[in-house]
Amino acid sequence: MIPKIVTLRWHVESMLAGHISRPFQYSDRQAVKMVSTGIAEIDALTGGLPRGSLTEIFGPPGSGRTTLLMASLAARTSASEVCALIDAHDTFDPHTAAASGVNLKRVLWVRCRNIDHALRATDLLIHGGGFGLIALDLSDVSPRTVRQVPLNAWFRLRRAVEDTPTILMAIEQESNAKTCASLVLQLSSRETRWPRTATAESVRSPSWGCLLDGWTSSAEIGRSRVKAAPLPWSQENVISIRARDNRTEFQTQTVGHYCRGAINPYPSGGAPQSR
Amino acid sequence: MAFCSIFVPNFMLQAVVRSEPGLRERAVALIQGDPPSCRVVAAGNEAIRQGIRLGTLKQNGEQAAGVEFRSRSQLLEGTAHAALLDIGWSVSPRIEDTAPDTIILDVSGLTYLFASEKAVAEYLVQRSVECGLMPQVAVAANADAAWIAARGFCGITVIESGKESEFLALLPVSVLSPSEEMAETWDRWGIYTCGHLSRLPILELSERFGQEGVRLHTLARGAVSRSLLIVEPEYSFTETMELDDFVEELDPLSFLLGRLLDQLCARLASRSLGAAVLHVRFDLEPSFEKASDLRKESFRRKSAPIFHETDIEFPVPIRDSKMLLKLLRLHLQAKAPSAPIRKIALTAESARPRSLQRGLFLPSFPDPEKLELTIARIANLVGPHNVGSPSLPDTHRPYAFQMDRFDVAENVAKSQTRCRDVSASKSWEPDVRACKNFRIFRPPIPLTVAMHAGRPISIILHGQRGEVRAASGPWRTSGDWWGKKPWDRDEWDVGIHFPSSSGNVNKLLAAYPRDGIYRLYRDSLRSRNGQDSLSRDNWLMQGIYD
Repeated sequence: MIPKIVTLRWHVESMLAGHISRPFQYSDRQAVKMVSTGIAEIDALTGGLPRGSLTEIFGPPGSGRTTLLMASLAARTSASEVCALIDAHDTFDPHTAAASGVNLKRVLWVRCRNIDHALRATDLLIHGGGFGLIALDLSDVSPRTVRQVPLNAWFRLRRAVEDTPTILMAIEQESNAKTCASLVLQLSSRETRWPRTATAESVRSPSWGCLLDGWTSSAEIGRSRVKAAPLPWSQENVISIRARDNRTEFQTQTVGHYCRGAINPYPSGGAPQSR
Repeated sequence: MAFCSIFVPNFMLQAVVRSEPGLRERAVALIQGDPPSCRVVAAGNEAIRQGIRLGTLKQNGEQAAGVEFRSRSQLLEGTAHAALLDIGWSVSPRIEDTAPDTIILDVSGLTYLFASEKAVAEYLVQRSVECGLMPQVAVAANADAAWIAARGFCGITVIESGKESEFLALLPVSVLSPSEEMAETWDRWGIYTCGHLSRLPILELSERFGQEGVRLHTLARGAVSRSLLIVEPEYSFTETMELDDFVEELDPLSFLLGRLLDQLCARLASRSLGAAVLHVRFDLEPSFEKASDLRKESFRRKSAPIFHETDIEFPVPIRDSKMLLKLLRLHLQAKAPSAPIRKIALTAESARPRSLQRGLFLPSFPDPEKLELTIARIANLVGPHNVGSPSLPDTHRPYAFQMDRFDVAENVAKSQTRCRDVSASKSWEPDVRACKNFRIFRPPIPLTVAMHAGRPISIILHGQRGEVRAASGPWRTSGDWWGKKPWDRDEWDVGIHFPSSSGNVNKLLAAYPRDGIYRLYRDSLRSRNGQDSLSRDNWLMQGIYD
């Protein structure tokens, strides 16, 4: 006996014959173009930032989100693209951005005071078109407020940027866009480097005599719809970014197990290994 | 040599109909004077057919059904005349401003661009219609022959060189604008046409009427040869409208502004220019409180006009009337006039439109006009000073910046230059550095800092104690001590740990991490004002490293 679903499928295919070929066959979309984030290790991990998609970067304050944002802005403006930064809490520092290599003349800065204005400004800019990167910075908006943004708002932003060459980047403290984001990166802070100065050591100055040399952040892929090659299970998708004055050090390290497609700090079957 | 004359018949009426295109298909008459003795000074053909006569009182004319009456407006006549000059300047820089309703232009050499002199005349008619005027156009070998032919013949007239006398012979002598006495004499003599006048002996005519008679005789033959009195082209375009009823709401005002902008943009387009700055001026109705002031002084003294003026500057010259209307609406939504409007004046400062040639391999840029509209919408949301391109001023003041206008055209030009340089070089990598990046708190957050041996050891932030694990500083900076806003501060980069012993820490950690690197600073100017180092008012948290 022919199942009903087979009959139904045959009926739909025959009705659509001549109009839509293979209506039940899923076809992959056109390959997404990836561009550099400005940090080589993250490019190696993720393949870069996908054009025409929503990329979500989240992590607690001090985890390196701003560093990644500035590096991306610097990379895009260096490539002669025009970028937009929607600053929901007005925390952008033009001085450190310029020091990071961002061409400020190619950045449109929108200084908002609440998340509603930020989302509406983002929508207007995406529909205006022509921007290489639009960054929606919600880092300093309380997670509770950002959680109240409905999912269809994220979906609308994703749809608006589809089929355009614009990179839409959202920076938050928690992941909120869920399946609307093609790439989700979680950042966390590691160690901070406070090397003592030579002068401090030679004259036996107090223990506080030191310079801030930089810190280490780690990035982990929470979701990637754009990376084609499957990841080996034995290799951690975590890389370390060490930020220093005027130069960058990168290194990769194995820090535990990784669960694809979800942010799961615990390997299956037990607590995480000590690092 | 070839000259073209553009004459607008019934100019007073056409000036009014130009501002109200809906009147074109209706019977319209213009009145002038103070009521009740308003008299008809101009009327359309349809109104004349309805029985309206020039010079009659308005109340007599109101008996004709379906006739619209409007007041004569010298303001509208001025803008119509300016539009007429713009039409002439669209083809030739040599124009004579002969009369409010007539211009003469030198069209010599234009047959290299147009097929014939008739094609030039047709183009001028088309441009005039776009600007709301219905002209009569004539082309002749001399200026005055063209002028007379335009006044006498409807539509387009092209007079071949040497045949001016033949063409003008049929026209009535009234086109020469003789004096009343001369016209009466000619009428008695049976001289009705230019042909009749041109056949009169010139010597006897000069004896009878003097030099004026000789001049008119030469005009009738089309034999006058003179140079044009050239006027300099204007680069400011103004359109005005006086309203019979006051307008308060934005929607009806937008309708009127749209009409004015259409006329303005048609004039700009005829000169291949765009609007770089738009000046908007509204004459407002005095407020009710002032109008009801019963003091004698207010009756004797004429109330001063109240204006609302605003300027809108565009990064690129625009001549799209719809785009200008959208930008103007957004501007008025942010800054609306305070009283009803009784008169509108729009003035556009013109500039050559910028042309951008995009390369095939250059990155995409926002369309300048679309971007201007987007930025205007965002400015309405967040404020005009909160959207733009940041720049660093030439100062040592910490964290100083200014917001500049975001100019796409400049970015395109620079990227084209850069791409040429890049293609010349062998290899190119973006100069990207992962530096210590910083998020600023605006305004800085006050906190209390405990010091030991000149170094911070702990802080109290929002009532929560934090332990300073490491500190780098002080980095001393000061400046502008000679000015009104000096600064003098000691900055520290500190690593702060918030222990989890307190119940408030969870609330604090929503905004600040348990372990984070912050920049604190001590405002030395405030401490010199008598406050000790532990005072909350001295220490501020500038931002966090992220």
